[in-house]
Amino acid sequence: MKNKYAKITLDGLIFNNPTFMLVLGTCPTLGLISSASSAAGMGLTVVVILTLSNILISAMRKIIPNAVRIPAYIVIIATLVTLARMVLEKLVPDLYDSLGGFLALIVVNCIILGRAEAFANKHNVLESAVDGLANGFGFTCALTVMGIVCEFLGNGSIFGLKIMEFTIGIFATPAGSFIIYGLSIALFTYIMDVFMRSRRVKENRLARENLLDKNPDGGKEVAAKEV
Amino acid sequence: MGTFIAIILAAVLTNNFITVKTYGICPFLGVSKKTSSALGMGVAVTIVMTIAVAVTYPVYEYLMVPLGMDFLEIIVFIFIIASLVQMLEKIIQKVSPSLYNSMGIYLPLITTNCAVLGVCELVIGDMSAIIGEASMNMGWAVLYALFAGLGFTLVMVIMSGLREKLNCVKVSKSLMGFPIAMITASFICMAFMVFTYIK
Repeated sequence: MKNKYAKITLDGLIFNNPTFMLVLGTCPTLGLISSASSAAGMGLTVVVILTLSNILISAMRKIIPNAVRIPAYIVIIATLVTLARMVLEKLVPDLYDSLGGFLALIVVNCIILGRAEAFANKHNVLESAVDGLANGFGFTCALTVMGIVCEFLGNGSIFGLKIMEFTIGIFATPAGSFIIYGLSIALFTYIMDVFMRSRRVKENRLARENLLDKNPDGGKEVAAKEV
Repeated sequence: MGTFIAIILAAVLTNNFITVKTYGICPFLGVSKKTSSALGMGVAVTIVMTIAVAVTYPVYEYLMVPLGMDFLEIIVFIFIIASLVQMLEKIIQKVSPSLYNSMGIYLPLITTNCAVLGVCELVIGDMSAIIGEASMNMGWAVLYALFAGLGFTLVMVIMSGLREKLNCVKVSKSLMGFPIAMITASFICMAFMVFTYIK
């Protein structure tokens, strides 16, 4: 039981990370990572909206007719985004200004509709909530890390705090965001590749040792075949 | 006339949707492997953007603002766009089956395209940076949407040409696919940055 939630969490955060593995929600990512604080703000807004939309859609999955499910999901998400926009405008006007047009565009963020379609309409409310949180934080972490790198190179600051005078102007523009995003995906897939390979090697070795324990004579042949 | 040229230059070059605003990146990365499909997608997006603005702008300006419902813009706009896309799909299917076959698969994708909702939100917002003192009206809004769509198509086609060439190059394994496409896109952005000096 506990294992199931751990799997959902790890899938959302790492193995199916929406930003690096699935490359979803690219518009806000590229538009906002030139500043770490607006990237983190965007991520946290998406966490709230994604979790709420997953909970609502999962709770209503038996009521919504299959034929009109996409329009129904879009109305739910659009309502949540409208609410989030009002709340942010009132409570955190700085963040509201720095997000600009991308706040309204959360409606068409593929991550939210994607999770609704792929997960929330098949699972119960608690699982969907965990999935929403995991994917949302996967998105937030990715955006924040890239935001820190981009802001450090482009403005010489981190979260608005000036650190060095030397700056590379290109990283404050979309061109730099594209480069950072592309290299981040490459690095992430490389690390995942190495990790998966080492895990597979370990599993193979364990399997071979098991075989040898059970069958000391023929174990070697079986192991040789397996490799 | 000055406003006319200013809008065209801003929409296509200085405020290009992909390279400056980073709207509509999903189709830009997803459908740019072949020039023919990139062109099809670009044309489809341009048509939907123009019609969407032609519908949402008057609805917002003459219906929602007088009635005080402007806070509902996101819900209303996304609904108008979704129904428009469905309607266009049906019309194209009836009128020209061959066009439908070449463009049909891209149409449903456009509903969740940032560029379409983005342009509808942009034209109702503050446009003074682009049109100067001239007051915003429906003609300028539709013109801006049309040329923003054409600018989108232009970058899509450039990108697809580069990606077709990239197929002949040996790329390291972890850079294959999206990463190399994004680095290519970044060079297009750098090229387009030159236009930001047009005043």
